Amino acid sequence: MTVTDGTRAGELEKREDLVTLTIDDVEVSVPKGTLVIRAAELIGVEIPRFCDHPLLDPVGACRQCLVEVPDMGNGRGMPKPQASCTLEVMPGMQIRTQFSSSVADKAQRGQMEFLLINHPLDCPICDKGGECPLQNQAMTRGSGESRFDGVKRTYPKPIRISSQVLLDRERCVLCARCTRFSEQVAGDPFIALVERGALQQVGIYERQPFESYFSGNTIQICPVGALTSSAYRFRSRPFDLVSTPSVGEHDACGSAIRVDHRRGTVMRRLSGDDPEVNEEWITDKDRFAFRYGRGADRLTTPLVRVTDESGASVLRPASWPEAIDAAVEGLRRAGTSVGVLTGGRLTLEDAYAYSKFARTVIGTNDIDFRARPHSSEEAAFLAAVVAGSGVSAEQPGGLRSASFADLEHASSVLMVCFEPEEEAGTVFLRLRKGFRKRGLRSWTIAPFLSPGARKAGAQLIATVPGGEAAAVSDLPDDVFDSLDADSVIIVGERAALQAGTLTAVLRVAEHTGARLAWIPRRAGDRGALDAGCLPTLLPGGRPVADATARVDAASVWGVESLPRGEGRDADEMLTATDDRSLDALVVAGIEPSDFADPAAVRAGLENAGFLISLETRTSEVTERADVVFPVSLVEEREGSFVNWEGRPRPFPTVISKPNALSDLRVLAALADGLGRDLGFRTAGQARSEFAEFAGWDGARVEQPAIDPPSRPEGDHPHLPHLPHWLHRLTTARPGGSPAPGTPLVLAGWRMALDDSRAVRAELDLLDTARRPVARVSPATAERAGLAGRVVVSSDRGSLAFPLEVTEGMVDGVVWVPVNAPGLSVPENLAAGAGDVVHVQAGQ
Amino acid sequence: MADTLTPVLTANWGDERAWKLANYERRDGYQGLRRALTMEPAEVVALVKDSGLRGRGGAGFPTGMKWSFIPQDNPKPKYLVVNADESEPGTCKDIPLMMASPHTLVEGVIISAYAINCHTAFIYVRGEVLHVVRRVQQAVREAYSAGYAGKNILGSGYDLDIVVHAGAGAYICGEETALLDSLEGRRGQPRLRPPFPAVAGLYASPTVINNVESISSVPAIVRGGAEWFSSMGTEKSKGMTIYSLSGHVRNTGQFEAPLGITLRQLLELAGGMREGHRLKFWTPGGSSTPILTPEHLDVPLDYEGVAGVRSMLGTKALQCFDETTSVVRAVLRWTEFYKHESCGKCTPCREGTWWLVQILSRLEAGRGEPGDIEKLLDLCENILGRSFCALGDGATSPISSAIQHFRDEFEAGMHTPAWELFPYEASRRFAPAPATAGAGA
Repeated sequence: MTVTDGTRAGELEKREDLVTLTIDDVEVSVPKGTLVIRAAELIGVEIPRFCDHPLLDPVGACRQCLVEVPDMGNGRGMPKPQASCTLEVMPGMQIRTQFSSSVADKAQRGQMEFLLINHPLDCPICDKGGECPLQNQAMTRGSGESRFDGVKRTYPKPIRISSQVLLDRERCVLCARCTRFSEQVAGDPFIALVERGALQQVGIYERQPFESYFSGNTIQICPVGALTSSAYRFRSRPFDLVSTPSVGEHDACGSAIRVDHRRGTVMRRLSGDDPEVNEEWITDKDRFAFRYGRGADRLTTPLVRVTDESGASVLRPASWPEAIDAAVEGLRRAGTSVGVLTGGRLTLEDAYAYSKFARTVIGTNDIDFRARPHSSEEAAFLAAVVAGSGVSAEQPGGLRSASFADLEHASSVLMVCFEPEEEAGTVFLRLRKGFRKRGLRSWTIAPFLSPGARKAGAQLIATVPGGEAAAVSDLPDDVFDSLDADSVIIVGERAALQAGTLTAVLRVAEHTGARLAWIPRRAGDRGALDAGCLPTLLPGGRPVADATARVDAASVWGVESLPRGEGRDADEMLTATDDRSLDALVVAGIEPSDFADPAAVRAGLENAGFLISLETRTSEVTERADVVFPVSLVEEREGSFVNWEGRPRPFPTVISKPNALSDLRVLAALADGLGRDLGFRTAGQARSEFAEFAGWDGARVEQPAIDPPSRPEGDHPHLPHLPHWLHRLTTARPGGSPAPGTPLVLAGWRMALDDSRAVRAELDLLDTARRPVARVSPATAERAGLAGRVVVSSDRGSLAFPLEVTEGMVDGVVWVPVNAPGLSVPENLAAGAGDVVHVQAGQ
Repeated sequence: MADTLTPVLTANWGDERAWKLANYERRDGYQGLRRALTMEPAEVVALVKDSGLRGRGGAGFPTGMKWSFIPQDNPKPKYLVVNADESEPGTCKDIPLMMASPHTLVEGVIISAYAINCHTAFIYVRGEVLHVVRRVQQAVREAYSAGYAGKNILGSGYDLDIVVHAGAGAYICGEETALLDSLEGRRGQPRLRPPFPAVAGLYASPTVINNVESISSVPAIVRGGAEWFSSMGTEKSKGMTIYSLSGHVRNTGQFEAPLGITLRQLLELAGGMREGHRLKFWTPGGSSTPILTPEHLDVPLDYEGVAGVRSMLGTKALQCFDETTSVVRAVLRWTEFYKHESCGKCTPCREGTWWLVQILSRLEAGRGEPGDIEKLLDLCENILGRSFCALGDGATSPISSAIQHFRDEFEAGMHTPAWELFPYEASRRFAPAPATAGAGA
């Protein structure tokens, strides 16, 4: 476990408030407020403990860490042994641990003996056996034989605390780590200690089940085998596992994880320990969603499209050489008329390979990583101020980027189009920590105060979707005044949808000096941006349009020149296949349903004259492809993600499969086939070459300057007046009859657990997802006559949700989760936040 | 020490309907409050400090000093909480006091609250004693209607609200920080200290927690003055207090006397042990205080005197057992109580009591095993001073003291059941209740 006292990295040296004390006759100086148990760790003295955890509030319950205190620092000793996990250091204090005090030693042995009398000692069949703090400390600090010959407390087992977490009560030592984590760290106090005496136990309240996005952390910090996961229970023994440090691939946080595998199969994932990033916590998605590559849909061989005997066009398995030849042939025919679409699963190295492949092998700037709703304003924003910036560092344009520590220690935080608990779990935990420990003030520009925002202590700036730009430009005085150089403005990827928002955010950040953090949802987005997977951008923030930048990049790549004109973005490329202004597509890791209009994406893919797909599993893209290359899973390759901070998060191969090829290796083969050299064949080589792009101080892409729509005025019963809505309202339905119901502005975002392909097979994990509901304000519900269930309709279709009338929500808006299982908003409504939909009461 | 008893706290207990306001007022009731309101709050604190009143809940901490710990510059509200969760086996002084003269407590609450600048006071009454809860509620209601509580008390401009809160039946809630958690609506378990309640107690605000008897002593101190109060008792244990005699005593009940009286004197007042029997062992202050024997009959029952014989004055609950009683049996019953009431928070109390009961049970049944006595003593050593709060310590007191004084009875537990050595019907004080339907009434 780590010692984290909440200081920023590097700040420790500056501290002057050190307290000097003596532990086992060794003098040690530690910051004021340090607990004795922590000070002892610094001199290599490990005091046994169960309830103590450096990231939880002290509780002093297990009494395992008793030490003798001959001098409190005031010349007086304590008559009784003291719990070192609750005792703060004092100048001149003297501590005697089990190593120098027979009293402390006996006290600790006594507590250990007590803890074991009601423990089943079923280590041989316990998941924790072999990595169990109770087992380990009993072996090192306990007595060899028990003096207890009585009757142990027993319970029926196990209890299902949630679909993911199971409790064997008789193993529990009642340290309250799990309940404290849930209450303090996650803010989900759905488990609590109930009953008393030896019958005390962890309990749940049936009407508020343990549906927390972070519940798996309780299993990991349980110092015994009382909490186990349904995914791992009885599957394996710790000593049979091989552990590899890795990085979570399910969001942009870059959380440190540990992957444990046995005989070529990943058995479980745990949180790693990285005080600067995710501390010791990860989301349940990062912990439990790792079996997505094991289904029948896993691609195992290349596929090429052929015409079968009946004349139908089908994909059939092919050898690698055959598939590569087919792909090369298709690309040769298309020449430079090839677009490259990359999605969020890519590592930095793969993204860099696509970026270089597009420029030097194909000769195009038609490349975009944004497999989701996007805009040209966003491209300008990302290229101008985000691409290539470091962690908590100066950015172009006088801006500064932020880190996890900056968030925790911020003077205030403003969130725009960003829901931390849903879109970046460990960011949420850090914001909540700042709120709990320091009273961090934060605001969120959103249609309602989500449960996650509330737990993080945020206040709502109630905003109709589409009104974000105006809200940012015209912040309430107290919010604006609180923004200073120690503040952080977080803007999420959804801001791309709302014209003018990113421009307004830039202006506020420039004006106030606040740090700026762009936090996307996917692990690969930030790396792809840095690698130049944008039509306007070369690696390291170099603008395509800048001749110096092109020369610079060309020299690194050893080519004569690079394509000059800015390329087309993802939407434009998908449209361009229709009129054949784009002949071929190379596509990796995208899902049509992630886009605003999935039908248009499918049409774009189908219209492509030649479609190459690099994918891990069959998908709507592979189904439509002419050549499909199976690429390795994250666990089968090495590489790195760049998290939202701009921090490189390298990870090694977990499971080595000789025939697994990464995207970049396939691209290198295609380049070979086209008679060019990609220049690297491994992630390491790609990384070294990419490193040469660091430190660009030349011209940047110009910052976006989109004027925000005017702030809504007037008191239309349902619709605030915003010109572009009226525009959409009048153009969205050519000739169609108006959908039934009250027109309301649509709001929504992706939930942490929804119908993403990564979690579809993880039924226990999905069971803890939030129930999909539609939300409207009480006034809107009343005016529109909504209750019970509602039907949300657009000209493309409709969706039914249970209604949850939400206090404090902005009027005239209906909020729905964007991608709940079976309730995809893009698929069924082809509408996004800010569009007008019709809502009526349903059955 | 005074030879004649001059009851103060219990003076009106025999009055007709002593619990009614009018009857209380007839006995100078609320005169202390009237006087206190003419004083500065700090003067009241000083007066109580000067009187030498020490906490009657068991620990004996000077009451006035506790009040002076309240940081008056703290902007948060200050709270007074009366601990009326009397649950200690053998202890029965607060409940009779609240039944007989609830206004003594209510008046004490108002004066004490005034002294610490508190505007909301809580009386946390043990939940099982519904009749007491009702009586105190009624007294508070009467005090409100008479203008002793509420807004602008007696025209002084001082406001006080008094809330009577019923606990839910947990011994641990008599521990002051567990009581605060319970009062806040949480599960009662002791809190980590620091912060101490005087700094961050109820709702994280400065809080004084006092025993019923301590608070009830305040009106008399204000009326009679510090000098009068400190003229009673011994050098370091001033004033009068209530001793509760129970067990094999002829006339059990509450006996008010100056601190420092001896059990021999109290037994004389109570008519001695029951006919034909003699004292075997006794607790000075409830089951959590180490037991004493007839050789301690002349120990002055004040804080220092009892501490001098390695026990504690505690709540002055004198449970007296005669020679028919099995010490092993008595100790087992107490230990079963502690096992049942352990809150479960800390390991030694939770697991230790679970284990102790099992060893004591087999000793009672004559199936003790060699080494059991040493094991009991060692387990007690591993609990005492290692538990989170004092309740774990208390659980060990009867065991280690009983082994110290009556080791032979524990040794007999290796071969002979306690019920054979001490037939249980011989020590029965009351005929067993007939086992018929409706006996639960």
